[in-house]
Amino acid sequence: MLSRAKAIRWQEIVTPLAAVVLALIIGSGFILFVGENPLTAYRILFVESFGSIRNLATTLQRATPLMFTGLAVAFAYRAGLFNIGAEGQVYMGAFAAAWVGFTFTGLPRFIHLPLAILAGMAGGAIWGSIPGYLKAKLGIHEVINAIMLNFIALYLTDWLATGPFHGGSWVPETARISPSAALTRLYPPTRLSGGIFLALAAAVVAYFILWKTRQGYELRAVGLNPQAAEYGGINVAKNTVIAMAVAGAIAGLAGTEQILGLHNRFIVRFSADLGFMGIAVALLGKNHPVGVLFAAILFGALQTGSAAMDRLTSVPRELITIIQALIIFFVAAEYLIRRILRMREEA
Amino acid sequence: MGEVLALLFNTAVFAAALRMATPLIFAALGGIFSERSGVVNIALEGMMLIGAFTAMFVSHQTGLPWLGVVGAVLAGIVIGLLHAFFCIHYRANQVVVGTAINIFAGGLTVFLLRYYFGAAGTSPSVPTIPDITIPVLSQIPWIGRIIGRQNPLVYLALLAVVVAHLVVYRTPWGLRLRAVGEHPRAADTVGVHVFRMRYLAVALSGALAGLGGTYLSIAHLSRFSEGMTAGRGFIALAAVIFGKWTPYGALGACLFFGYADALQMRLQDVGVPTQFMNMLPYVLTMVALAGFIGKSVGPKASGEPYIKG
Amino acid sequence: MDKVLEMHAITKQFPRVLANDQVDFDLEYGEIHALVGENGSGKSTLMNILYGLYQQDAGEIVVRGRPVQINEPRVAIDLKIGMVFQHFMLVEPLTVAENIVLGAELKKGLFFDSKRAVQEVENLSRQYGLTIDPRAKIADLSVGLQQRVEILKALYRGAEILILDEPTAVLTPQEVEDLFKVLRTLKAKGTSIVFITHKIKEVLALSDRVSVLRRGRKVGTKATAETDEQNLAEMMVGRVVLFNVDKKPAQPGPEVLRMEQLTVEDQFGQVKVDQVDLSVRKGEVLGIAGVEGNGQSELVEAIAGLRKAASGRIFLGDREITNSSPLKVREAGFGYVPEDRHRRGLVLDYTVADNLILGIHGKKPFVKGCMIRDDQAVYENAEQIIEQYDIRPPVAKQLARSLSGGNQQKIVVGREFTQNPDLLICAQPTRGVDVGAIEFIHQQVIAQRDQGAAVLLVSAELDEILSLSDRVAVMYNGKIVSVMSADEVTEHKLGFLMLGGRLEDYGANEVNGHAK
Repeated sequence: MLSRAKAIRWQEIVTPLAAVVLALIIGSGFILFVGENPLTAYRILFVESFGSIRNLATTLQRATPLMFTGLAVAFAYRAGLFNIGAEGQVYMGAFAAAWVGFTFTGLPRFIHLPLAILAGMAGGAIWGSIPGYLKAKLGIHEVINAIMLNFIALYLTDWLATGPFHGGSWVPETARISPSAALTRLYPPTRLSGGIFLALAAAVVAYFILWKTRQGYELRAVGLNPQAAEYGGINVAKNTVIAMAVAGAIAGLAGTEQILGLHNRFIVRFSADLGFMGIAVALLGKNHPVGVLFAAILFGALQTGSAAMDRLTSVPRELITIIQALIIFFVAAEYLIRRILRMREEA
Repeated sequence: MGEVLALLFNTAVFAAALRMATPLIFAALGGIFSERSGVVNIALEGMMLIGAFTAMFVSHQTGLPWLGVVGAVLAGIVIGLLHAFFCIHYRANQVVVGTAINIFAGGLTVFLLRYYFGAAGTSPSVPTIPDITIPVLSQIPWIGRIIGRQNPLVYLALLAVVVAHLVVYRTPWGLRLRAVGEHPRAADTVGVHVFRMRYLAVALSGALAGLGGTYLSIAHLSRFSEGMTAGRGFIALAAVIFGKWTPYGALGACLFFGYADALQMRLQDVGVPTQFMNMLPYVLTMVALAGFIGKSVGPKASGEPYIKG
Repeated sequence: MDKVLEMHAITKQFPRVLANDQVDFDLEYGEIHALVGENGSGKSTLMNILYGLYQQDAGEIVVRGRPVQINEPRVAIDLKIGMVFQHFMLVEPLTVAENIVLGAELKKGLFFDSKRAVQEVENLSRQYGLTIDPRAKIADLSVGLQQRVEILKALYRGAEILILDEPTAVLTPQEVEDLFKVLRTLKAKGTSIVFITHKIKEVLALSDRVSVLRRGRKVGTKATAETDEQNLAEMMVGRVVLFNVDKKPAQPGPEVLRMEQLTVEDQFGQVKVDQVDLSVRKGEVLGIAGVEGNGQSELVEAIAGLRKAASGRIFLGDREITNSSPLKVREAGFGYVPEDRHRRGLVLDYTVADNLILGIHGKKPFVKGCMIRDDQAVYENAEQIIEQYDIRPPVAKQLARSLSGGNQQKIVVGREFTQNPDLLICAQPTRGVDVGAIEFIHQQVIAQRDQGAAVLLVSAELDEILSLSDRVAVMYNGKIVSVMSADEVTEHKLGFLMLGGRLEDYGANEVNGHAK
């Protein structure tokens, strides 16, 4: 019986790994297609992302927002909800953090920075709780509303940053935040910021909430068997809103980190699919905070390495996007992976 | 006030609305077929993007834009089958697979764009499908100026709406389609092949979304550019919901969204931010879903994999 | 007479149940053959195999003298077999005519010929006297009319063998009458009919022959004329094996649970519990006997706060708990073993330890402060219950999913019983549980009673009711038809009442039963 439990845990790791390997194999087909050697390309990818401390720092910098969005998707998933709305939550959190950052000046750092971070969380939480509330109250599936809210957030922040809060230059962005709201750069000249600690803390907190509190017990019960949860006196509607609000807050932190740690101002459309990539990260990380951290680092590494691969070979950096998409396909179709693994055993 | 009215009822705006609506109409029809069969398709965006790229590429290689249309349809079918394969056969989460297709399409099109044309961002200009003038129609006062001279794909989109309506509501296949999306087991018990119906519907969905993309790259413009669908696949999805999963309803929604799109530049001059017009389709869809303007309820089995036995 | 259908030694194994065990069944031309048995006895499985929805693991099907392989419904349709399902296979937004012709549509050119479909349905409905508006939407029809559409659907495909799976379960008495008329007409026109039911009255009123299934096996087939209610009831329920439960006489105290005129409806607005007055006292076991589907589940769920009461009141002790939340009901001193442990009672992907705190997960000692979970307390609680209730394997961190049915049930029972509730409801507490566990659970129920709990026991197993109850209430068609003290009860009497008989008629039946 114990060995069976171990076997299940083993599979939790093997299937995502197999998905990555399969995606890389198919990716090598694309590399061959453009006339390059896959091994060369992949070696460059690896060395550029992990080969030195500086490269590693860049990898972690790229991974940081994905850690947040991955956690945002995974947290909601544990409560049985599909948070496809992380993208919108990122924008709302980012703008809220930026607003606090450029509006209040003269505040001491130990007040200003936490205030900006809290604002970012609140922005995301509010945006996330809307589809949660509509599901709990009216029974509308959270996915459609979350998709709609992604675009509404995109255009709303676009308007805010080019209209009422336009920074004055010709670029579509707000004014710069006050230095007292900025996150520290940890390893210049890389742009790795203190946001990475926030991400690790978010993972720990998410884990703690889910597995070490009464609230987490209720959230997971709702996700696994809402009818049994109801039987056990758990309010399913309330937990649906809570799960989406917390998920939104974590996604909001992704935006916060990007503003306070990287851009130092709100730039229109800065996110470039951070929220959607979060879905991939969560799936690959098996919706577990620790898994999410590793998956985010992998995706961060792919993105970091892709620039060098693009420069040194004729493989376009978009290969990485293709590989990321392939990973989602294979993780989503676990049946397929299991069948392939079994075929190899039998052969 | 008079100025605003003149603006709102300007024939040039109406003609532009029709052009803006065309890619949405194709994609929305695609969405209807897929959802009616019980498969959620949030991959319309990606399918359009692949269609837009393929149409440009074939037109560039052969000089024959109509061959580009064929290519885009075929590419759409391939992506549709990919979606169907994962969703129907492997019962993968349909929203996840849709997301993967959107990311995949974004990556693949730019990958190929840069490989073939080196340039970052946009392709060279390619042969396009020219606008045509309809002899009698164009002579009618007012209306003639709106629909008298348009791209053939605009007319094709309008025709496709009528055909889709007939297929869905007047053919045996349409009857089965609706049954499969509502209550697949009922269809199964009278001998309708649920899987086959869904594969066909999702492939058709890809073909139509591909056509929508075609219009963007070789009719509306004469080139492909990175991410050129710019969320139109999701607006089409909104139109499907807003139009209550019917072809005519979706047509109405697409025309309205297209109209909002066509107006945005002009309204900006009178102080309405363009972003508000951009937001409109999404806000209206949420309002429709919440039941404030006649409840929108989709096919009952949409999103649920069918398991036999 | 010739057989239109023969099924030989059909066996079907599902992951945890042997649904059909070497079942033989046959059908003559133009007969109505009733197939009866309790829920879970394998009737529907057998007929789903015949219709091609499941494939048998062993056994042979012969239709009109030819052995056949029915691997999908299309094959069954081609063999002129039609089936009316218990849960209708109708597409709600479509019209009657569209539903009837679906899959066998008439064409006019490329198009679906809806005019002719309407016409054909009209013809068909006239031919069989099944009046219906072909243009009506299914969603707008009553349940009785929807069933009519299902029958027409089969007839449209030329069905000569018609299977009806519990067709009367959803009908009003008047609709049942109408249905019987229709079936007699069909029989007169040569259709062979399999009629699945668990209501003996219907068997006697309608069928030519009757076959009884029990726990996946066939008990026997008889000509209806040669049998009677008593005889069929015995065949269905089986000989009662009284479990040996050590039990002192009850010492009932004051009322703990009281229901006044409680009425509960299902989601379609059908009355499932009909003005029930009932009470359970401290220190007694009140058993509710009844064939499943007579309102027991709804009654229990209304008490537990999982279903709204349409009218009436429920009191637990001196607190009114009518339409309270499940949490409030629990806090009033309520323990509950639900009838379906997989759906309600357990989170299968939670560990045994986590399942053992479901419902009390927010209480001390399982939380410190107001939110933080005390893992040590959770595991101590688990170790204690695992030992006390002998849950195997004794591993608190194991997922509940990986345990056997009996041990899963012990998790639920252990969790609910160790809270020492004032009111304890046990719904089908030993379903799908091995014999050893049954005995253990029975002993624990009595122990709870002796410690002063009021126990409400709902069971479809007569032997369980008889072994454990101090008083027995019989529920039929949403009403409590009789409440007796345990010593007044006999197995025959219960069987008779459960199947819709009236207490006044009981003696008469006993004398005249065989004269029919």
